[in-house]
Amino acid sequence: MSIARGITSRAHPLWFAYVLHRLSGLGLALFLPLHFWVLALAMTDPARLDGFLHLTEAGVMKLAEFGLVFLLAVHMFGGLRLMALEFLPWSPSQKTLAAGAAALSFLIAALFFLKAI
Amino acid sequence: MSPKTLKVTIDRGRCADGAQTVFDVPAYENQTVLDVVSWVQQNADPTLSYRFACRVGMCGSCAMMVNGVPRWTCRTHISKVLAGNEVTIGPLRNLPVIKDLAVDMDPFFDKWVAAEGVHHGELTRNDPIAAVNETSEGRTTANAGIECINCSVCYAACDTVAGNSDYLGPAALQRAWTLLNDAKDEGRLAILDAVSGSGGCHNCHSMGSCTLYCPNELDPMSAIAGLKRETAKSFFRKGR
Repeated sequence: MSIARGITSRAHPLWFAYVLHRLSGLGLALFLPLHFWVLALAMTDPARLDGFLHLTEAGVMKLAEFGLVFLLAVHMFGGLRLMALEFLPWSPSQKTLAAGAAALSFLIAALFFLKAI
Repeated sequence: MSPKTLKVTIDRGRCADGAQTVFDVPAYENQTVLDVVSWVQQNADPTLSYRFACRVGMCGSCAMMVNGVPRWTCRTHISKVLAGNEVTIGPLRNLPVIKDLAVDMDPFFDKWVAAEGVHHGELTRNDPIAAVNETSEGRTTANAGIECINCSVCYAACDTVAGNSDYLGPAALQRAWTLLNDAKDEGRLAILDAVSGSGGCHNCHSMGSCTLYCPNELDPMSAIAGLKRETAKSFFRKGR
């Protein structure tokens, strides 16, 4: 009960943005050593690397890849958000407009890119 | 108004020692959280300790945690915070409790001084009074933060303060920011030095609870962002 009360006082968008940024950062930090270890297999044990790369065809790995890209995107935009929030002395409405424009451009560029590949 | 009663739980922490913590308080149409606490103290348990002075939102002494949220209790209507007919009232977070609802504000005020939240004047009484341009950018920026009543609501709301007892906190840093932008204050170097240390503005994670809960609708988070910009600029310029 007291924990739930503690959280209600923090349940607002900026606090969730902080938590999301922190958790995605932790997730990426856990992923990176694994990532480098698998890459290092190319030098130490190519056969094992091939076996591992076959795993990436599995549905569960596709899902994990989606999760990874999601973490990257969340963390990158979270970082951009923080820098805009702290280092651009703009008014909140200017920031909202800029964020909206950036999100829209990103969406259009991503759609174009998906169509191209 | 019908003779309804409110179920009021008062978090008395270690001080309780078997003292009553749940009270039935008569409900009135116009009743603030402070009125409820006062009713308990005057009619149910005279040993209940709490702090207040002006009752009109000027002195900043009656802040408490109300249902887990820091609030100025004298200007918070009970109907705004009731869950059903229940409410839980506790001492402010992040400060040592003296007894019941009264916390020791010393760490909070010490940090104002540590953040150089004091006037740094260079003129004497013999100098002419310097004119202040009310529409200048610096004055406008300073004005945005000067209505702070030192209630410590932002300090209690801040998770960074909870995690790092050296962190100066939103109120002290906001005062440093207003002084940095004050044409009459000559403490620029001292302020930048004080707010860029280990407990300084760069600890802030911009969670924004200070700005969300400030009863005077000030924006300490943006003030701290201003300090981050100024300290970063002075760092890259080397010499300040």
